[in-house]
Amino acid sequence: MAQYQNLFTRVQATGPAQYGIPLPAGDEARFGKPWAFHLLGRLGNAQIGPVYLGWLGVWSLVFGTLSFNIIGFNMLASVNWDPIQFIRQLFWLALEPPPPGNGLALPALNQGGWWLMAGGFLTASLLLWWARTYRRARQLGLGTHVAWAFLAAIWLFLVLGFFRPILMGSWGEAVPFGIFPHLDWTAAFSLRYGNLFYNPFHALSIAFLYGSALVFAMHAGTILAVSRFGGEREIEQIVDRGTASERAALFWRWTMGFNATMESIHRWAWWFAVLCPLTGGIGILLTGTVVDNWYLWAVQHGVAPPYPAINPAVVDPATLLQGAKQ
Amino acid sequence: MAMLSFERKYRVRGGTLVGGNLFDFWVGPFYVGFFGVTTIFFSFLGTALILYGAALGPTWNPWQINIAPPDLSYGLALAPLREGGIWQIVTVCAIGAFVSWALREVEICRKLGMGYHVPFAFGFAILAYVTLVVIRPVLMGAWGHGFPYGIFSHLDWVSNVGYQYLHFHYNPAHMLAVSFFFATTFALSLHGSLILSATNPGKGEAVKTPEHEDTFFRDFIGYSVGTLGIHRLGLFLALAAVFFSAVCIVISGPFWTRGWPEWWGWWLALPIWK
Repeated sequence: MAQYQNLFTRVQATGPAQYGIPLPAGDEARFGKPWAFHLLGRLGNAQIGPVYLGWLGVWSLVFGTLSFNIIGFNMLASVNWDPIQFIRQLFWLALEPPPPGNGLALPALNQGGWWLMAGGFLTASLLLWWARTYRRARQLGLGTHVAWAFLAAIWLFLVLGFFRPILMGSWGEAVPFGIFPHLDWTAAFSLRYGNLFYNPFHALSIAFLYGSALVFAMHAGTILAVSRFGGEREIEQIVDRGTASERAALFWRWTMGFNATMESIHRWAWWFAVLCPLTGGIGILLTGTVVDNWYLWAVQHGVAPPYPAINPAVVDPATLLQGAKQ
Repeated sequence: MAMLSFERKYRVRGGTLVGGNLFDFWVGPFYVGFFGVTTIFFSFLGTALILYGAALGPTWNPWQINIAPPDLSYGLALAPLREGGIWQIVTVCAIGAFVSWALREVEICRKLGMGYHVPFAFGFAILAYVTLVVIRPVLMGAWGHGFPYGIFSHLDWVSNVGYQYLHFHYNPAHMLAVSFFFATTFALSLHGSLILSATNPGKGEAVKTPEHEDTFFRDFIGYSVGTLGIHRLGLFLALAAVFFSAVCIVISGPFWTRGWPEWWGWWLALPIWK
């Protein structure tokens, strides 16, 4: 009855480390001596390293480290350079964007200037890292699918911290750095614009987020379930279908009347994952720029029911004030 | 009929848990089995009740149709059909259909000589649903704590229940669940991308190998988890997301009744800061 379900690797083969397929001329040498980490080998490959640095990687790390340190030292300064309080209050600490009145002007350092700098360096770091994903794939003769998927995430990042603040005319619209502060921003943002649950692009983004978890659970579960037939050798199964692919396909065909193929399931995966930040970014970009209140938007389009009037109609005090002036 | 070119040799008898050979047949592409019959029964009854509930309600607008649970005053008792009884029977039907579906997957796994990972994973989703509509309402003492069945009504429920705890993002299990959801999507994009990039390398290039995949990821981030490992990792991330989602709602109310931002007071009050 009890069967081995291939959740962990029971016997690890240890051989000479793999240094990777040769790089084309013009590339630098790989960095670091590979080593084996046994516990990691229980789950996947035990080998760690080598890594290719290159100037794109190095500069990405330099900018990323700069940004990380600017954020960290601003937080440390906010607790009076007390390292104990820094750890104690870490989740509450923030590097905030400039105040609303600042608009898109260059702010003073302690008025969001550090925030702008940290965001700028982080953006530089991400864009360099993006170029690195593109370049590493090309140098190995691979397609550039990783880079384009990464760009979808960068899109959401730039909408939140760059495109939408510019459309709104203020850096103060952007997200602060910090654990609880960015969660506070999210909740306040939803409340300010009439509950983001009524934003259809937010709904799509959540559907793709949950959908990605569903697709990955289905796909990963299926592959592990047919790993006794070599199902994890997916490229091989794609170009030369074996019994693992056939059983994986029939499992879903018999379950829900439809199946992907060993290749197409990865297209489903790619699109579900990519559409999550893509639609999410659209939803954020429209909020406050095109739509001021998503609940009222939903009522207007017959999607949400209007609340029943509980209180008597209120007279806008502003109209009374104007009457007094006349 | 509706068979793939290689399908016939896989359509063999056996592997059933219940019913022997009686329900061991296919309809079109679908395998039936004893649990296919129970799935049909529960999903048909549940859908019919939802339609009945919609007919009783004020609207046929699909966004606004709402099948609400009973009022809190009914506690854990059965409510009249129009007062939430429909919701109660629909819930029973939903659980019946989900569990039937999982057991049908087990039968299909057995038939195809596969591991049980998919029905096991689906079990986590069922657990999360049962947590929302059975476990937490029972712990809270009223079916009225279940969520209503409707597109926007269930979103309103999520919103309202979240604000009952002031700011749900501070719920530590919610933080973990969201992080796992993001991590799952991130890992899925990397895995999907890697397979597509190896098998669609561009004009004139030969299809690549797992050695190329490992090399790309080692060049890229210094580690490649490997062809088997990524599926173990993906399954773990997805199931952890679902598991902590269930945890984050079941602790809200039964365990913690105040605002979630307050919960973090224990950390600030630890004696080590003195």
